[in-house]
Amino acid sequence: MKFTEEHEWLRPEDDVIVVGITEHAATQLGDLVFVELPEPGIMVSKDDEIVVIESVKAASDILAPIDGEIVEVNEGLVDNPALVNDDPLGEAWFFKMKPSDPSQMDDMMDADAYAKYIG
Amino acid sequence: MSDLNTTPLHALHGELGAKMTPFAGYDMPLQYPAGVLKEHLHCRSQAGLFDVSHMGQVILRTPSGDAADAALALESLVPVDLLGLKPGRQRYGLFTNDAGGIEDDLMIANRGDHLFLVVNAACKDADIARLRARLDGLCSVEPVTDRALIALQGPGAEAALLDLTTACRDMRFMDVTTVDSDFGPLWVSRSGYTGEDGYEISVAADRAEAFARALLEDPAVAPIGLGARDSLRLEAGLCLYGADLDPTTTPVEAALTWAIQKARRTGGAREGGFPGADVILRQMAEGPARLRVGLLPEGRAPMRAGTEIFAAPDDDTPIGTVTSGAYGPWIEAPMSMAYLATHATEPGTVVFGAVRGKRLPATVTALPFRPAQFKR
Repeated sequence: MKFTEEHEWLRPEDDVIVVGITEHAATQLGDLVFVELPEPGIMVSKDDEIVVIESVKAASDILAPIDGEIVEVNEGLVDNPALVNDDPLGEAWFFKMKPSDPSQMDDMMDADAYAKYIG
Repeated sequence: MSDLNTTPLHALHGELGAKMTPFAGYDMPLQYPAGVLKEHLHCRSQAGLFDVSHMGQVILRTPSGDAADAALALESLVPVDLLGLKPGRQRYGLFTNDAGGIEDDLMIANRGDHLFLVVNAACKDADIARLRARLDGLCSVEPVTDRALIALQGPGAEAALLDLTTACRDMRFMDVTTVDSDFGPLWVSRSGYTGEDGYEISVAADRAEAFARALLEDPAVAPIGLGARDSLRLEAGLCLYGADLDPTTTPVEAALTWAIQKARRTGGAREGGFPGADVILRQMAEGPARLRVGLLPEGRAPMRAGTEIFAAPDDDTPIGTVTSGAYGPWIEAPMSMAYLATHATEPGTVVFGAVRGKRLPATVTALPFRPAQFKR
């Protein structure tokens, strides 16, 4: 599993990458009340704002961590945004991507590096 | 942090694991480990304890020792019938300015030989200055700086307080009284700002922590932070000064004319006589150009403060703006308060909010979003 400085996790699963946000991010955001997901099938570039989330406090974006195609989104989050707080690393994945260039993940943090990053 | 004020419950907040935030010059609990959603629902279903010690407590006293004399003097600053406020009763009020705008909202209690005011933290210095300037020679204006203020709200509030003192059982909504307790004299009002039954209790600063701990021993009582306090008051349709009310907004526009009793209205026994009376009474007669309403957005996206509202999806000119918006945990839907052009304020009217470049529909609705649970 890899981690970004934007507090996303990326988990390879067969030929796609599953993306979610970390427990640290979920805690910082507070209770989520709204999730808006991208359309499956669209091509995105790294750092595109592709997901909108709102917590009890504020709205924020989730950025595409790499270039690629969105192949699947987790519609369950739209009906139950609180799942992100309950199980951020498991059931509450946001989307699956087919990467254009898997080497973009090479420089990302591993679990130990991310743990140090969030202090 | 060093220049922030703290309340007498500051150490307790730390012990309870609160996440603190600066608010009106005070270091205040934003939330506890339970989080805003759970705190909100806990207050609605059981009982919540709120530290509101940052708010201003002020006593108005006249040489005569008769609260009625202080009431008459204060009527020159607020459009409220205070001569009609009986001993042991409290009313909601507004400080207005010469343009008819609102300088602060407050609670005014008649405690027999004096009036007791509770004002917003961010406004308290200005309020005290305003009171002193206007009431000089009529009333003494005494800020109460050695007492904490604790709100206990929710269906379990009565039972939790009765465990400590049985004297508050027969109080009705907006009654005020003083009770002796193990924590010294408590100045109790049966009121609050959540839409729930409950109390606001002024307690000596050096007894406040022990009092709060005693309340928290009741398993029904949980500490609630400012985050849930905001969503609770919004669900209850109650205004937040600085967001929904400000010096450019009149009580008529704010749909608060219920707080201007008959005696102060046109044709009343003491018509006008408060700052901006000409503007406010004219607006009451002619109707305001804009009005505060509730909005229920379709879908789940909250329309937050600042969201522009349009009559049609492709209109260029907004008809209003959201002043408070959040997710309502009890109604399980987003909710907003907005000021809209009066022609669009009929409940059921569909309007459109600009959210992230889209125009999303919302329905104008009567406030509150959740009916009040007061013990009348």
